[in-house]
Amino acid sequence: MKSASRNLPSRDSYGRVSPLWLFLMRYGPPRWSEYVVKNWTGQRLVIAVPYLWLLIFFLVPFLIVLKISFAEFSPLGRPPYEPVFRWLEEGALQIKLLIGSYVYLFNEPLYVSAWFYSLKVAFFSTVFCLMLGYPMAYAIARSPPTQRNVLLLLIILPFWTSFLLRVYAWVGLLKTDGLINQVLFKWLGLVDEPLAMMNTSFAVYIGIVYSYLPFMILPLYSNLEKHDNTLLEAAQDLGAGPIKSFLRVTLPLSFPGVVAGSLLVFIPAVGEYVIPSLLGRTDQLMVAKLLSDEFFLNRDWPKASAVAIAMLLLLVVPIMVFQRFQNKELQAQKK
Amino acid sequence: MKTEGVFSKSMLWVGLGFLYIPILSMVFFSFNNSRLVTVWDSANSPTLKWYGKLFGDRQILSAAWLSIQVAACTATGAVVLGTLAGLVLSRFGPFRGRAFLQGLTTAPLVMPEVITGLSMLLLFVSLEQLFTHWFGWQFDRGFATITIAHITFTMAYVTVVVQSRLASFDDSLEEAALDLGARPAKVFFRITVPLILPAILSGWLLAFTLSWDDLVVTQFVSGPGSNTLPMVIFSRVRLGVSPVVNALATIMVLVVALGVVLSAFLMRRQEQRRKREEQMAAAG
Repeated sequence: MKSASRNLPSRDSYGRVSPLWLFLMRYGPPRWSEYVVKNWTGQRLVIAVPYLWLLIFFLVPFLIVLKISFAEFSPLGRPPYEPVFRWLEEGALQIKLLIGSYVYLFNEPLYVSAWFYSLKVAFFSTVFCLMLGYPMAYAIARSPPTQRNVLLLLIILPFWTSFLLRVYAWVGLLKTDGLINQVLFKWLGLVDEPLAMMNTSFAVYIGIVYSYLPFMILPLYSNLEKHDNTLLEAAQDLGAGPIKSFLRVTLPLSFPGVVAGSLLVFIPAVGEYVIPSLLGRTDQLMVAKLLSDEFFLNRDWPKASAVAIAMLLLLVVPIMVFQRFQNKELQAQKK
Repeated sequence: MKTEGVFSKSMLWVGLGFLYIPILSMVFFSFNNSRLVTVWDSANSPTLKWYGKLFGDRQILSAAWLSIQVAACTATGAVVLGTLAGLVLSRFGPFRGRAFLQGLTTAPLVMPEVITGLSMLLLFVSLEQLFTHWFGWQFDRGFATITIAHITFTMAYVTVVVQSRLASFDDSLEEAALDLGARPAKVFFRITVPLILPAILSGWLLAFTLSWDDLVVTQFVSGPGSNTLPMVIFSRVRLGVSPVVNALATIMVLVVALGVVLSAFLMRRQEQRRKREEQMAAAG
């Protein structure tokens, strides 16, 4: 006891505050402890570390992309573009912004068709994902709690295995002498000749739905799981059939989950690169492939940057909506 | 209610089949003797031939080693930064620029990978120019640039996981510790970290997996000679199916399945123990 009180101001081995420390807190400098908490300089440091990292490695790169998208392409330069900002000898800053890359984006038929194709693929993949994912999420949410975790685990498990390898698995299934054709053609004789499924839009849809299905199911599940069953019972007591009560109660309530899941599928699907390059058509590019070809094959950095900026502008509204929902979800958890 | 249940149940099983048949077929055909992956050579199969080839494949092995190193560094860095960001966003109350930070952390979650990759590469190129111009110092793109790029897009995932964990309980414990005179750093390491440890661990694993798996961003920011495993797989798969890739896939699927099942088992046991303790506490 003696040693504890000599050791000021501290706590004893049980974590209790010594009386003198309490005394100091009450009669010492005004609001001493609050001062430590509120104006702790370490707090600023803690904020600064992730902030700076994201500014330097996430925001600044976009500004650079924006800058280069307005630069002039010089095929032999290293790097292959003319500087946008240049100090002239008279002490003047010369800024040269070209909108040529952007004009090209909207005039070149190859580009325009790539945009429309990407949007079409992303839209229909999202719809297919929803059509398959909604009943699955619903079934999981309705199953007994002990089964739920196992089922959820089964949904998440493929997500932990390599995305690239899962897409590759479809090559083995879809190609002309692949598994599906063997079953349909050789064993069952349902088709007269092997179906050409590789390098088609169909294969891209399969690939995207397959890869992004967990992203659709999980937000839907976490929404459906929270539904109050008494509402459905009330609907049925009032004479609504199962379909009607689903359409009038469950579906409207699950709208936030539908939006979140759809955005999680749609946004990455627009910019999908791996799936179309392994499974997709060779005569029809998607935007991401266009960007990487422009960058790696043609070394046209300004055009690649312009494609990136245009894609970002296209996706900025869905991304903002997604963030809205994400924040709401976190707020709801807090309550 | 009844018909609806039947429909959604059957869709669930169809969907699970859809999710697992490709993976199982890939595993199955890794034991096939034939070079034509999908034509079963029943005379000489099953065989472990392709596994032998896989472990003799220098290119794949060195790429896998690089990928492991990158993924481990990425996961550790992402956990540090993501935990700080999650803590700041959920515990530091309103401060100037908070909404902006929230936007910066969630944007990488949905950003198309080609955009992230291109912008990171252009940043590194600009930095290279800057460094050579001012310091005469040249750096090569490779391990470091890949890791930085991976940390940037994976920390968003860690932030979300940590933030939602922190949101699930209030800060009364931390407040109590502060009131008792513990310094903020001590409160963080003694109270907050143990409480969010599950989130930190799953964030680490998530970041590791995402980094291990990433192809697009890596293709942009890697330099000559630094090929990660996905890059090697992609270049092989582009030429057509290859039984060695099937063997590799089988091993990866096995490791993941074991890991997930094991962690689920451990979590379940911990949950049970906690329940028992709660019951005992309630009884005592």
